[in-house]
Amino acid sequence: MLIKKWKYLGIAAYLITASSVAASAEPLKVAFVYLGPVKDGGWTQMHDEARQKLEKAMGDKIKTTFVENVPETADSERVFRQLAADGNKLIFATSFGYMEPLQKVAKIFPNVKFEHVNGFKTAPNIVVYEPRFEEGFYLIGTVAGQMTKSNTLGFIGSFPIPSVMRNIDSMTLGALAVNPKVTMKPIWVNTWYDPGKERQAAETLIAQGADNVAQNTDSPASIQAAQEKGTYAFSIDADMASFGPKAQLTGTTEDWSGYYIAETKKVLDGTWTGQRHTRWGLKEGMVVMAPLNAAIPPAAVKVFEDTKAKLVSGELKPFTGPIDDNTGAEKVAAGKTMTDTDASFNSVNWYVKGIDGSVPK
Amino acid sequence: MNPIVPMIASTVVAATPLIYAALGETVVEKAGVLNLGIEGMMLIGAVAGFAATLATGSDFVGFIAAASAGVALSLAFGFLTLNLQTNQVATGLALTLFGIGLSAFVGHNLAGTPLPPLPSISIPGLSKIPVVGDLLFHYDIMVYLSLVLFAGVQWFLNRSHAGLTLRAIGESPSVAHAIGKSVLTTRYLAVMFGGACAGVAGAYLSLVQTPMWVEGMSAGKGWIALALVVFGTWKPARVVLGAYLFGGVTQFQLFAQGFGLPIPTEFLSMLPYAATIIVLVIICRDPKTILLNQPASLGISFHAAA
Repeated sequence: MLIKKWKYLGIAAYLITASSVAASAEPLKVAFVYLGPVKDGGWTQMHDEARQKLEKAMGDKIKTTFVENVPETADSERVFRQLAADGNKLIFATSFGYMEPLQKVAKIFPNVKFEHVNGFKTAPNIVVYEPRFEEGFYLIGTVAGQMTKSNTLGFIGSFPIPSVMRNIDSMTLGALAVNPKVTMKPIWVNTWYDPGKERQAAETLIAQGADNVAQNTDSPASIQAAQEKGTYAFSIDADMASFGPKAQLTGTTEDWSGYYIAETKKVLDGTWTGQRHTRWGLKEGMVVMAPLNAAIPPAAVKVFEDTKAKLVSGELKPFTGPIDDNTGAEKVAAGKTMTDTDASFNSVNWYVKGIDGSVPK
Repeated sequence: MNPIVPMIASTVVAATPLIYAALGETVVEKAGVLNLGIEGMMLIGAVAGFAATLATGSDFVGFIAAASAGVALSLAFGFLTLNLQTNQVATGLALTLFGIGLSAFVGHNLAGTPLPPLPSISIPGLSKIPVVGDLLFHYDIMVYLSLVLFAGVQWFLNRSHAGLTLRAIGESPSVAHAIGKSVLTTRYLAVMFGGACAGVAGAYLSLVQTPMWVEGMSAGKGWIALALVVFGTWKPARVVLGAYLFGGVTQFQLFAQGFGLPIPTEFLSMLPYAATIIVLVIICRDPKTILLNQPASLGISFHAAA
């Protein structure tokens, strides 16, 4: 019953919006759906800053709205329906867990265009976009490998899923390229977000001798820990230097505005197509490194800049063979490169040589 | 560097908020009231403490503000459950949800602002003793105060007249009422004490352990405190032991991972919960002691008979 009602409502909304668009030079309505609050100091904040840049760049040709704190549950479906029914023609869904609700809603609103971050299911009116995080982590490794005195690096992992495994592997490869003596210690906290536990993990790694600790969890707790213990840390998503101005050497952040502007322009001039999967990195400016700390000596800065230039030009790819895992098995053959179009790229579940321990199963 | 000392220091810091919250709840439950809103009161305490410290620059003011905020929220709970006699379980759960939402709303503009950490107190002389000095005399003041609180609660519940009255009310409010004790006043005071403790526990997170405000930063610690009270069979010493055990095993499992022990991390993540439950169940395995210690009228509303 309820579903039927929704369907009619959807059709009605569709007819209304379709007719209003036909009539108009009205601004294009663009909506953003956020997982967290806009001031989360990380992931969501970066999306909202990009939304503001988009609005500035496009002026009165568009009108943006956002809904924050939308859980990755059936609740999000209601939000997407509502936004589509309100006449939004382009909707950015900025969290992985919106994938299934989005699939449903997209079928009901075939002329609304949906953009989904980090997902893998496209449709005629859904495209997927994702940053090449591994490039950022490779550069973190470049810095960590040069700045470590103990030759021990640390990594606070959330969950051992392929997209996180790629980051620790990539960081280790980046570090080994500049310092073959480093070893990497991973600790998995099995949460994206628990400041207390992240802090405990950071303190553990520091106590075990890791003097450069990176994280794939969301809070700035590990930066604070490093600041107090006099070691180094790396931010993720946002620049977290205010939590540890001495500790944060650099970090990987995202600037989504270039992509958002490009996609909005495509919708405006009618060239937007569905079924696409876009991965942007340093070159396109979606992955941006946080400012380098003044503590990094000029020689190390130069290595960082050179490496970055090579990643930008495409001369260097993080996963270029030969790469062995830490049990000695060959994962990428010499002369081969694993890129994001390879199936193996999306199923990385091994540690590269140089990482201590065995992969959590 | 010897890694054991910093490990123990981390454990103590991780256990301290649990001690505050759980000791407060012990007193509340001993009075026969079940307040499931610890998580909500902790978050309100965390945001209030953070905001007050940010505004005044004083940690002391921050902790006072946090305790007051916890008390304010607990008064709402008290009014609903004690005066209007609503269901304590449902009201407590509502308090948690309310606290999560309200703290997020109030703290909307505070996220992303850092605070300097509370300086640790090095007790002159004693803190210079190698290992022992680092181990025992090198914490922030709230760690020492949590032990003072423990001693106070222990003394109050077992040795003081008021504490014995409170326990009597928790066992049989109608009898206590019949001999002229005010059930309502005592329970209100207990609920307020629990609120203040939960508020301080929250502020310990946002001012000491990770000096920042982020939404939902208690990450379930209120529920752990609640479980500690039950598994510690309402005995303050066991509750404190449970808190240290939980903090210690959490620390140990991270430590074991850093050493590269080939144990699944999901199992290690479960370990703090499992170990704490197992140890406390073993300590408290005698069903008679559980029956003796569990307040007989826990969670039951009291209607004064005429």
